Parts: sequence; C-alpha cells; structure tokens
Amino acid sequence: MSSTFLGMPATPPRSPYGTGNLRGDRKFPAAAHDELRNEQLRRNLGKATHTIRAKRLNVTGELPDWEQLRDAGSAIKTDTMNRLPELLEQLEQQVTERGGTVHWARDGVEANEIVTRLVRATGSTEVIKVKSMATQEIGLNEHLESAGITPYETDLAELIVQLAHDKPSHILVPAIHRNRDEIRQIFLKEIPGVDPRLDNVPAHLAAAARAYLREKFMTTKVAVSGANFGIAETGTLSVVESEGNGRMCLTLPDTLITVMGIEKVLPRYQDLEVFLQLLPRSSTGERMNPYTSMWTGVTPGDGPQDFHLVLLDNGRTAALADRIGREALNCIRCSACLNVCPVYERAGGHAYGSTYPGPIGAVLTPQLAGMHAAKDDPNSSLPYASSLCGACFDACPVKIDIPSLLVELRHQHTEESGTTAEKLAMKAAAGVMKRPKLFTAAQKAAELGRVLGGRDGKISHLPPPFNGWSDSRDTAAPPKQSFRSWLASDEGAATMRAAADEYDRNQQEEEK
Amino acid sequence: MTTARATVLGRVRDALALAPTQDTTIPRDYRTGRTLPDDERLALFTDRLVDYKAKVHTCTAARTAEVIAQVLDGLGARRIGVPAGLDEQWLGAYDGDVQQDSADIPAPRLDALDGVVTASAVGCAETGTIFLDGSPDQGRRALSLVPDLHVCVVDLSAVEVGVPEAVARLVPERPTTLISGPSATSDIELERVEGVHGPRTLVVVIRVDA
Ligand code: SF4
Repeated sequence: MSSTFLGMPATPPRSPYGTGNLRGDRKFPAAAHDELRNEQLRRNLGKATHTIRAKRLNVTGELPDWEQLRDAGSAIKTDTMNRLPELLEQLEQQVTERGGTVHWARDGVEANEIVTRLVRATGSTEVIKVKSMATQEIGLNEHLESAGITPYETDLAELIVQLAHDKPSHILVPAIHRNRDEIRQIFLKEIPGVDPRLDNVPAHLAAAARAYLREKFMTTKVAVSGANFGIAETGTLSVVESEGNGRMCLTLPDTLITVMGIEKVLPRYQDLEVFLQLLPRSSTGERMNPYTSMWTGVTPGDGPQDFHLVLLDNGRTAALADRIGREALNCIRCSACLNVCPVYERAGGHAYGSTYPGPIGAVLTPQLAGMHAAKDDPNSSLPYASSLCGACFDACPVKIDIPSLLVELRHQHTEESGTTAEKLAMKAAAGVMKRPKLFTAAQKAAELGRVLGGRDGKISHLPPPFNGWSDSRDTAAPPKQSFRSWLASDEGAATMRAAADEYDRNQQEEEK
Repeated sequence: MTTARATVLGRVRDALALAPTQDTTIPRDYRTGRTLPDDERLALFTDRLVDYKAKVHTCTAARTAEVIAQVLDGLGARRIGVPAGLDEQWLGAYDGDVQQDSADIPAPRLDALDGVVTASAVGCAETGTIFLDGSPDQGRRALSLVPDLHVCVVDLSAVEVGVPEAVARLVPERPTTLISGPSATSDIELERVEGVHGPRTLVVVIRVDA
C-alpha cells in the first residue's frame, strides 16, 4: 500500500539513474570545452540560431496581442499543473471512450517495455517514428533495437542523426551541427540503393530522403509518435510538424502508439486557439507550421484502427513536487530559448548531455533526472551553464522564468553538496531575484558595460563548477554575459550582501 | 500490486500536496471573435497562402468545374482521386481519369494518382491555413496526403480571420488536418526546401460567393 493512503505525501522519484538519455557522460564545462573547438559546429549553430531568431521576431511582432497570448498560455499551463490528476483521468476516459487504449508508465524503462510489447503483438519487426522528444528521452530506439525491432526515424533531421549514429543537438533542427557535405556523405554511405551521383544541394538531399522513406511509409504497419498536446476534455491528440512525415505516420499504419509526457495535457479544446498561435511563431518563426494533425481515439475507415496512448512520468512528478521548479513543466518545446542563448550558441546542444539542451534543458534535465552529489553527477553542472542574462525568459512563449529556476537549482545543488562560498552567493542571488527592482538594477549595471568580465573584457574566472568552462575558453565575453561578472565585482558583492541580509531579516520576520 | 496508473496518479497528488498550488485565473484578453469584410478577408488569406508557396485561384461557385479543369490540365494531371462525397459537378469539365476513393483501397495505390481534389471545412486568413476534417467531401486523411498534388476548394464564407475564430468552428472528434502551404523542411543548413513527404504542390481554389 502506498503511503498516500495515510495522508503522508511522499516525494516522487526522479528518472532512474543510468537509464535513458537525460545525462551526459561528463560535466558541461568539459563537454563544452571540446565543442568550442569545433569551428564548423559553431558556424552552423550561429547561422541557424540567428536566422530563426529574426524570423520569430518578425512573426511575433505581427500580432498586437502577442503578450496577451503569452499570459494566457502561461496561465493555462499553470492551471493544468494544478489540476493534473483530474485532467489525466479525464484524458484517459475520453481516449478510451473513443476506441483508444491508455497505458501508464512510471518511468522510461516501463514505457519502453510497454511499447515493445505492443509492437510485438502486431507481429511487425519495424516501426516508423515521428520526431518525439519523449521517446528520445527514454531511449526507445535503443531498446527496440535490442528487442529485434528496427525503428525508422522519418523526420529529415532525425533521419540524418540516426543514419550517422549521432545525437540530436537542437530541439527543432536536431541535425543543425551537420552541413550539406556531411549530410551527403552520410546518405551515400547509409541509404541503401541511393544514387551515387547525389550532390549536396539541399533539395536533392531532401528528395533522396523522400524516396527512401516513401517505401517505409507505404509498407510499415506500426508507427510511434510523440504528442505536442493532449486535450483532456475531448481526448484529442495533436502533432505539429512541417514535412508531412508526421501525417504519414499518423495516418497510414494499422497501429499507432503515442508516447506523451503527463505534462503535455491541456484542459480544453479551446486552449488550442492559444497554443496554435504561440508554438509555430516561437518555434520555426512561421505564422503556422505546414501541417498539424489532430486525432481523437480511432476513426472507422480513416487512419490507424488500433491506437495506444502511453502516459509517461519519468521524473515529471518529481519536478512537480518542487514549487519553483515545476514551472519547467510548462515548456511547449518551441526551442526559442535555445536560439537566443549565448551559451548554447557557443557550446552547442551536445554539451548538455541530455535530450533537452539549452536553457530549458539546463532546468528540466536536473529536475527529471536529479543532480546526484554523491555520484559527481554531470547534471549538477547544468544549472551553471548560463550567464543568467534573461534572454530565454523574454523569448519564452509561456513565460517560464528560466533564470530564477537556474538560481533555485544552483541553490539546491550547493545545499546538497555543501559548497559554502557558492551557498552564500546563491543566498544573495535568491534575495536579489525576489526583488524585481534590485534585479533590474543589477542587470542594467551589467548591460551598461561598467563591469564587463575581467580587466581585459574577457571572462577569466567564474565560481565553481562553472570555472572549468570559463577557464578553458579564450573568446571575449558576450556583453550580456556580464551579470555573473557583476556578481563577482566589489559593487555586485556589496549589493548582494545587502540583499542577502535584508532577505534573511525578512525571512526571520516571516517566521515569527 | 499497485498498478502504474495508481502509482503515477498517486505521485501527482503527492507532488501537489508537497508544494501546494495557487488558484489561477486564465486571462483571455487576446483577440477573439474578429470579423472582416469579404474583400479584406480574401486579400489577407490570399497573401498568406502565396507567402507559404501555395498556388491560389479565385472564382465564383458557378465556375468551379471550369477552374478545376484548368488547374489540372495546366499541371498535366491525368489521374485524379476524389472523396466519395465530393460534388460530382466539380469534375464535370475535366476529361482525365477520375477515381472515387473508398476506405478499402490500400494507401500505396493512392501513390499512382497524379493528384487529388477535395473540399475543406474551415480556413484561417491570418495564417493562410486550411482545415480538413474528414467530412465526405474531404475524404479520409490518406487521400489528401499520398498523391503529390492537392487541389483544395475553399469557400470564402468558411474563411475566418484568425486562429481562435477558426478553431471555434471545428468539431473536435473529427480527424482534423491543418495545412499551411505545401510540406517543407529547413533541416539542412536551414535552407527551406518545399515538398518533402506531403503533396509537393498545393493549389487552393477560393470560391468568393460560396
Ligand atoms: S522553455 Fe519556453 S522558450 Fe524554451 S523551449 Fe520551452 S517553451 Fe520554448
């Protein structure tokens, strides 16, 4: 019997250590150090992030009610988390009534087993897949392969990554670290029967992928997808995409298995009016992505007649149990925060070691999988993979306050590991963060360039464990990276001390 | 034994008990219920469709068959699939081969078609989006997906200004596909390539008096 029956809530567990793809094999500073040497990667990334950024600003600027949409999106997600138990039960009931089957998975291992069992039951030894972060997170492909089932990724970028035996490096454009010549080489080597005269023109490369996947779409009996949204009220699931591979996977096979994190549920069908505006404009910088599919259970004579929904926890409830950290669950995976992040732009997605890179990865990964002090966990370095410049907060369509979450996680990490110097600094930072005015003043001071980096304008030293990263690089500090430096300056230290004192006094008074 | 369902739901309840929540009211003061005169809606819709590389024709309902025949001939489409509930007169001026779809035709056979002609459920001007909902004049999802050309007829009266207005007209239980231009990818060095797996050509015929 679970302890809940006694009215004693237990802290939910994180994703089990050593499973799935929520942890790199070394800390961010070391990983970033190597990535920083990769000129090609940095050029590709720089071009990509700046292009998408410009497009996003264009199309978000077109809407006079963009801020109102963000407010609505943020509130809907918060409301969702508040009512998660009833909404999940409602979703389950609706999907079941419409002919689908709902499964629950405590963690990635269990989800992998469920999917494998379902695929085996069809007799198929192949599945086609639509880009899905949840299945990447749990390492479904590796698990299927070990069970003798071949998964075919059908999103072009995912296909490139899969054929190259590589890992995704960006939420939206996972193969952004590869250029056209590399992709041509990968296709020539890995696609059976590809025309040996294939050149490096993107349209021709895309056509080669189309020809290769066409046959898979027409013949494979089982598809595995993720979901962008699951509507509790109606049981409707939704996949947002560009290439049409999603439509193929969701429409042509006999069996569809959708793996969805429990935080992806939305209360009402009407809520789509908000998210179908927020997501495409923030993600690809388009007014609307080319294709969005919405399906509810099973429709006789149209699409898969056997539909399974796997609801995945895998550490999400552990994040939900954190009053501050739970905000990270509001993420709709648009990738806007990656594209504006100066640290991501230089280090690339692989340095984060997790399915979720960039600013959101730095807050989500440690919460899903934990930061195990005793094990010298690479994830414990992630909350420091940021300059706290705040660009991610401004870009986020659901207004997740990523900088504050990072500070909170740093705090938790220092509490856990007992680094006293850091502990103090974090206490001070917590004080500042709770005072918007002071925080703004601090940021302004930093932006004015009064306290840029070290004497030579380069970041020469940061507190541990971020120091490994700053020590190993010799590029000039981007202007916005200076908040952290300001924190280390005399002026910053004095302000922080004052803030910390005041904060402590307030705390004591509150306790009285 | 405790089921995974009970465990996960128990954890969610525990999490909310450990970190109590605050009531949230959802501000919905973004734009809803917008209307625009026909000519402005048409102009906006057309602009957005063209921007995302769809080909657009406008006509009166009386000229539907004529325009469809012109479009198909112009693209050299000789074998066309249609959903069972499509108005027969729409293909009245077309002299190619017309095949009526049914659920028992295997999807790979649709690959042999040069194109497909369907109606649509709703349109959204501000985003240049067409909504298909599987009604008899639109057919099953595979029909408008597998062939390389999709000619889609949209009545201007079904074109709403923005996303909230369009979503309000949808029937949630129906399998719904939102289409905004032909399929595209930017996965290779962020260079946009039109046409990957879905129809590489999307032609929209807007009927201004229907
Ligand atoms: S945190 Fe916000 S900006 Fe970043 S991916 Fe999630 S929704 Fe997008």
